[in-house]
Amino acid sequence: MSETATLKIWRGQTKAQGRWETHAVPFERGQSVLDGLRWIRVNTDPSLAIRFSCINANACKDCMMELDGETVYACTARLEPREMQVAPLPNKKLVRDLVTEIAPPAERFAVKEK
Amino acid sequence: MSAEPVQIETDVLVIGSGAAGMYAAIEAARAGCRVMLIDRSLIGRGGATVMAQMTVAVALGAEAPDHWSHHYQDTLTAGRGLCNEPLSRLLCEEGPACITEMDSWGVGWARKDGKITSTFAPGHDRPRCVYVDFLNTGPAVSKTLRSVVHKTPGIARTGDLCVVDLLKVDGEVAGAVAWHVGSGAPVTISAKATVVATGGLTRLYRRNSASANMGGDGYALCLRAGAPLIDMEFVQFFPIGHLAPRLIGMDPIMWDPFRYKLGGRLLNRDMEDFTDRYGVPEDGKYVITRDVGTYAILKEVESGRGSPHGGAYLSFQHVPAEKLREAFGPVIDRLAANGIDLTRMPVEVAPIAHYHMGGVAADVRMRTEVPGLLVAGEAVGGANGANRLSGNAITEALVFGREAGRTAAARVKTMKAVPPPDKAARATVDLIRSDPPKDMPNTAAMLTRLQATMSDDVGPLRTAARLNRALATIGELATAVGDRPFGDNGSFDMQRLDWFDLRNMLTVARAVTQAALLRTESRGAHQREDFPEMLPQWRANQAIRLHGQDLDIATAPASAVEVAAQ
Ligand SMILES: Cc1cc2nc3c(=O)[nH]c(=O)nc-3n(C[C@H](O)[C@H](O)[C@H](O)COP(=O)(O)OP(=O)(O)OC[C@H]3O[C@@H](n4cnc5c(N)ncnc54)[C@H](O)[C@@H]3O)c2cc1C
Ligand code: FES
Repeated sequence: MSETATLKIWRGQTKAQGRWETHAVPFERGQSVLDGLRWIRVNTDPSLAIRFSCINANACKDCMMELDGETVYACTARLEPREMQVAPLPNKKLVRDLVTEIAPPAERFAVKEK
Repeated sequence: MSAEPVQIETDVLVIGSGAAGMYAAIEAARAGCRVMLIDRSLIGRGGATVMAQMTVAVALGAEAPDHWSHHYQDTLTAGRGLCNEPLSRLLCEEGPACITEMDSWGVGWARKDGKITSTFAPGHDRPRCVYVDFLNTGPAVSKTLRSVVHKTPGIARTGDLCVVDLLKVDGEVAGAVAWHVGSGAPVTISAKATVVATGGLTRLYRRNSASANMGGDGYALCLRAGAPLIDMEFVQFFPIGHLAPRLIGMDPIMWDPFRYKLGGRLLNRDMEDFTDRYGVPEDGKYVITRDVGTYAILKEVESGRGSPHGGAYLSFQHVPAEKLREAFGPVIDRLAANGIDLTRMPVEVAPIAHYHMGGVAADVRMRTEVPGLLVAGEAVGGANGANRLSGNAITEALVFGREAGRTAAARVKTMKAVPPPDKAARATVDLIRSDPPKDMPNTAAMLTRLQATMSDDVGPLRTAARLNRALATIGELATAVGDRPFGDNGSFDMQRLDWFDLRNMLTVARAVTQAALLRTESRGAHQREDFPEMLPQWRANQAIRLHGQDLDIATAPASAVEVAAQ
């Protein structure tokens, strides 16, 4: 039994210059999409940017992203043995790859333009 | 890369926004200080506090008589002779005031007949643990403190700021140098007092209940700033972490509240009760403490009587469905979504890394040995000795946080100006924005290897051979990590974040392992299979300092047990 989940992931540092990348992840029942993304970092590409803290508990609410066009928490969305499309939240400022600026404005660090 | 670092000035810098950091910020601001509260993650969401699901130990005596001295006595007993008694006493004596203040801020402690109700937890001599239903204790604590932080004038808050080093000026800590994860920019924060409230180190282990931000940063920061750590060998494993079947959207420690409320039975492969073999007959009640529970399960697995995935079964099959629903309502539905029906099947559980008893050495005012450097919460070592009682950690975070805020405010009053950063800050700023080396092994894979080594060789059951093997692996990893950060230093550069994490985690892993190797006895959370007895000459604490690249460990007798004042 070696099923795979195929994650089609949006990558980039600005919205204008992005690309889609496809990664195959070994599928195991009971994994989350976040587990799949973390697998990619450990096994193929550590530069993939994702925001998460609590991993399983669904307590930090850091891991919001878009899965097949719908907003989800990556740690509660089930990984499935099919192609799944993962993108950053469209209505938030992009930081990098799947990471967007989701902190309340008063809690952001303001950097001057470089 | 970016030019000059951003420079910020404040009275009190609080690093970490868990319960300890937020309470410290509130207390210092109430005393009139300008406070800056920063976190490597989002404010109030990145640490253990928001993840805690269970209970908070406090001698409130609201429902039935209790007194802090009874709580203190239980804490010392659980600590197996190693507690720093003044710290334990502070935790127990001041707990009620903080819990009551949290109540006035609207946290919502569960009540019966109008009174805050308490539940029984292993190791406590009476029902002493308050909670917020259902599994909502940590989120409620965190949310309450966050809203008080918002309302208190004088607190600036910023997330995505990861502290890389503390700033030292003339032998005193005077702020910190941080890395803005979102942009890659270095940021220098000068402060009259600095509070390290960065939580624990359980991310060092493969199976843990931690968040990604709990790699023990604060321990490494304080070591590098010259403050000693104590009791680093005492990592608490939580015996009944969820093992199988795989679950989504539930924290692995979720079975603890089930056991508080419903008892439950811990069974081996053959569906037999087994804890009596290790001296604690349970009989469907939850009485086994964490150190003994961990030992019993691992020994049962070692003898070939473990459950299929290498743990034990936990069964609630004898509990009627209505009772399960009454106690855990919505959680039962979340379990059903994961295909788990507790009336029909047991789950499998096994020990996972959960909390750190060791930490930065501090006095009852939360001062470390280095002037200007204060600590709070799980970052502090000593209050829980060799084993922590359930519920003591949130109390510790609240009480120590409040105390650190007070001490910081008192120090601010004695100082005229914020000392400006000097040359020392420069080195960290340069490190943050340096170009990467050519050869960059996979940082995420290195972290995974470190976690595997710590779990396999520095877990709850230890031997000299395994500890030495771990030190060798830690050494290899340190060589591979080198002294220049990886990544492209762009926005949200996870390779660079991993690199800074490895820099800290490898130091902290070495501290845990070396201390464990030197302690040639078994006590509480530290069990040496080659030295199975608890020895009187080891009623001693080990203090660790950093000298150059090396860790120096000194041993001093633990304070004498005084009888708790009545
Ligand atoms: C799943 C779980 C359940 C628990 N349940 C209970 C319970 O029921 N009862 C109980 O008493 N205890 C419980 N504990 C333990 C308890 O939650 C913790 O000990 C306590 O919350 C620690 O609080 P803290 O404020 O010291 O640290 P934390 O809440 O962990 O906060 C530390 C903060 O520091 C930040 N930080 C770390 N490094 C840096 C850095 N370099 N720069 C900037 N910021 C940084 C982190 O992002 C984090 O936000 C539980 C722990 C876990 C993991
Ligand atoms: S990682 Fe914390 S909610 Fe998803």
